[in-house]
Amino acid sequence: MKARVHVMLKNGVLDPQGEAVRHALGALGFDGVNGVRQGKVIELDLAEGTTEADVTAMCEKLLANTVIESYAVELT
Amino acid sequence: MRAAVVVFPGSNCDRDLAVAFRAAGAEVEMVWHKDSALPEGIDMVGIPGGFSYGDYLRCGAIAAQSPICGAVRAHAERGGYVLGVCNGFQVLTETGLLPGALLRNAGLKYICKTVGLKVETSQSDFTSAYNAGDVIDIPIAHHDGNYFADADTIARLQDEDRVAFTYTDNPNGAQADIAGILSPNRRVLGMMPHPERAADAGHGGTDGVALFRALAGALATA
Repeated sequence: MKARVHVMLKNGVLDPQGEAVRHALGALGFDGVNGVRQGKVIELDLAEGTTEADVTAMCEKLLANTVIESYAVELT
Repeated sequence: MRAAVVVFPGSNCDRDLAVAFRAAGAEVEMVWHKDSALPEGIDMVGIPGGFSYGDYLRCGAIAAQSPICGAVRAHAERGGYVLGVCNGFQVLTETGLLPGALLRNAGLKYICKTVGLKVETSQSDFTSAYNAGDVIDIPIAHHDGNYFADADTIARLQDEDRVAFTYTDNPNGAQADIAGILSPNRRVLGMMPHPERAADAGHGGTDGVALFRALAGALATA
C-alpha cells in the first residue's frame, strides 16, 4: 500500500518561494494568478497493515512541522 | 565549564564552536550524532551551525530525531545549558526545546554578512556580560533564518524577557526582528548569528567573546 502526504505552509505563514513563482508567472504573461503556495508531496511505500493513524503519527513526529505546516494524508 | 559539541553529518561550524568554548576556558568534547548519551559531567551542549543531514526535509528536522538529540533534550530538561547557533537554533526549534520555527529568508537569498545585533536582555548566563541595549556586530550565514511563531508566542517571549537578541536592520524577515531566544529557564539559547565567528581578532571582530566568557564564568563552579 502507498500513502501520499501533502505538506503545505499554513495559511498566514509567508511563503516567499510561492510569491517568487507568482511573480515569474506574471513575467511570462500569465495574468490572473492571484496567489501561489508551494508545498511538498511525500510518497510512502508501506507494509500492508499500516494504518492511517500510523501515517498521521509520522506526519506529527517528522514529516511536517506543525508550527508552520499543515498536512493531508491520502492512502492509495 | 565542561562542554560537549554535537557533530552531525553536514555540521561545519562544530570546530569553530569548540575553539570558542576552549578559548573561554572550557574543556570540550565532541559527540557524534549516533551517540545516545552525553559524556559524564557535561554542563553545556553546543549545537553548531552547518547543514545537518543536508537540510533534507526541513533544516534541523532529521537532526532533531537523532539519538544524541534525545540525550540533549534530557540534559535540557534536567536544567543543563544548551547553545544552538544557526542550524543549531533550527535543531532546537525542531526538537521543541525552543518555540517557533525558522522559515526561508523573506528575500529568498542566502545571506552571509556581519549584522548589528541589539542585546535585548542581560538576564541570562549567555548575555550577562553585555548590557541590555548594547549593539554588537556578529556574522550571519543562513538561508532559513526568518524566525516565525504565532502572535501569542511572540508576545509571551517578549513578556517573559526571553528575546535575547534582535537585528538592528532585519535581514531575513524575522518576526519582531528576532535573532535569538531563550527557554523559560533561560538556560537554552538559540540564535541565528554566529558568535563563534566573532571570537578572535583574526575573525575581524570579537563581539562574541563576551558570550563565551560569561558562560564559562557562570559555569566555572558548576
